[in-house]
Amino acid sequence: MSEASKNVVLSVKDLEVTFRKGRQRVSAVAGISFDLYEGETLGLVGESGCGKSTTGRALMQIVPSTGGEIYVDGAELTSLSKKEARSLRRKMQMIFQDPISSLNPRRRVKDIVAEPLDCWKTAKGEERDAIVYDLLNKVGIDPAVYGNRYARQFSGGQCQRISIARSLAMRPRLLICDEVVSALDVSIQAQILNLLEDLKKEYGLTMLFIAHDLAVVKNISDRVAVMYLGKLCEIGPSDTLYAKPAHPYTSFLLGAALEADPEIEQNRATLSGEPPSPLHPPSGCRFRTRCPFATEKCASEEPMLRDIGAGQQVACHYPLVGSHQ
Amino acid sequence: MTNTETPMIPNEIVVEHPEKREPIGLFTWICVGWLAINLGVALLTPFLPIANPKEMISMPSMGMSLDHLMGTDSLGRDLFARVAWGSRISLGVGLGAMAIGFGIGGPLGMLAAFRRGKLDVALSSVMFTLLAFPSIIAIISILSMWWPRSLAKIILVVGISSVPLVYRVIRAATLSAGSKEYITAARVLGAKDRRIVFRELLPNVAPTGLSFLLFGVATVIALEGVLAFLGLSIDPNTAPSWGNLINDARQSLNDTPQNWPLIIFPSAILCLFILALNFVGDRLRSYFDVTEVKL
Repeated sequence: MSEASKNVVLSVKDLEVTFRKGRQRVSAVAGISFDLYEGETLGLVGESGCGKSTTGRALMQIVPSTGGEIYVDGAELTSLSKKEARSLRRKMQMIFQDPISSLNPRRRVKDIVAEPLDCWKTAKGEERDAIVYDLLNKVGIDPAVYGNRYARQFSGGQCQRISIARSLAMRPRLLICDEVVSALDVSIQAQILNLLEDLKKEYGLTMLFIAHDLAVVKNISDRVAVMYLGKLCEIGPSDTLYAKPAHPYTSFLLGAALEADPEIEQNRATLSGEPPSPLHPPSGCRFRTRCPFATEKCASEEPMLRDIGAGQQVACHYPLVGSHQ
Repeated sequence: MTNTETPMIPNEIVVEHPEKREPIGLFTWICVGWLAINLGVALLTPFLPIANPKEMISMPSMGMSLDHLMGTDSLGRDLFARVAWGSRISLGVGLGAMAIGFGIGGPLGMLAAFRRGKLDVALSSVMFTLLAFPSIIAIISILSMWWPRSLAKIILVVGISSVPLVYRVIRAATLSAGSKEYITAARVLGAKDRRIVFRELLPNVAPTGLSFLLFGVATVIALEGVLAFLGLSIDPNTAPSWGNLINDARQSLNDTPQNWPLIIFPSAILCLFILALNFVGDRLRSYFDVTEVKL
């Protein structure tokens, strides 16, 4: 791994997102930091409600971040004016979870794909049409036959292909995929993942791949980050992280994932209970209420993300694997 | 349309999803035809070979004949001519009032639902308070005091009173369309407010608006009938509306009960017109309903 030598496309520092409802405050994302290097895919996993989607939405400024910094190619996004931020966001695009509702049912496919070009007036007339044709061909939708159809006439997998074509129209550097396959049939999932892999190579994309399916994330990601209750538990190269999870939560999460091979011996240790309410997060380590290894120290002192070698970082006082040295 | 050539597509063969829309249907087309005839007559009355509705051209209370298709009224005026001219008033009130209602209520409803926040709270508080007040009572009291009555005044009063209702319907439709992911997607792609309103929201609000417009026209025409019945519509001597004709007939029916066409024809045409508007409006709503197609 020569990550240090690579360009950092996205750098997130202490990102916080707090929602308010009356007097209550929910910190959906409670200070997370990570870097995304050029050309890599970072998987972001965690249980429902852990803040992984909110992280993606905060990066796109769909929900306002309440703290921390977001650097895109070195430019800080949150301190920019609305106009500047809008312009910088061209470098980032997002694909959403629900493929059908993320396309306007009453618009034609070719207009949907051309929408970014029309918004930014970067291409007109024949040039615009040529770009749209090219993009639709790339995602496997024949523009001559289907370009004039309405979005409502397509199935989930096809809609997701159209979404992908649309997100690539501005030639983004960074693609945020928010649970892009979880609404699709398993057979379609593989096709969409392959398509994303191919396009990533072709367009030199950097991807943040948000998902809850560990098997999907393992296949597509170079590195994986695990979130629990608004915080990062662990981040590391996917092979290392899957083989030797350092955080107890990661280990339980992997134990809960099903293997396709029944012969394989599984780590059967699974978690019971629900994550605590983010309204009242536990003191110290947020995972301590469900962690079998928790001690006094876990309640009093919050573990910080620290390096344990081989590019792996963990936020735990008692990691399952020692230092790699 | 089927394609003979299957295009080469990697990974997945795109399956055609033909639109599973039910055809419009004969009944709806009959309704549309009936509406078109009425509208055509209303527009072209002055140019059609129709008798003068105010002239006593024949004997009073004549039955139906080829000369007088619907007979004549108690003063010997041609009923067919009066119904034809009446359609101008009734349709004029319906369309005019709805033009005011949609012209004010539509943009306000979309604005409130799009901006949300304080503007929405302020506008909605006013509109919903107005809705709580029975508008028929307001219309009756205003019209009974505002003298002399004219077509413009009736259109204005009924139109303004329909604003809160239109506002509510359009606001709800905009809110529902605005909560969809494609609005977020458009914003992320860099679309500005104007673009989102006209390209993303409006096409999804328009079908609801259109079918509500037809219901609205039907309701206003019926309402004008009620006003005429109460003697609050325009002076029947200047130009009779359908409601005026029914009211006239009611008064003369005691003396000449044999002249039943006098009340049957205007009533039937009024009813059928309203019925057709409602049927077409309902069919349009289901025709444009994307979710129904999807399921």
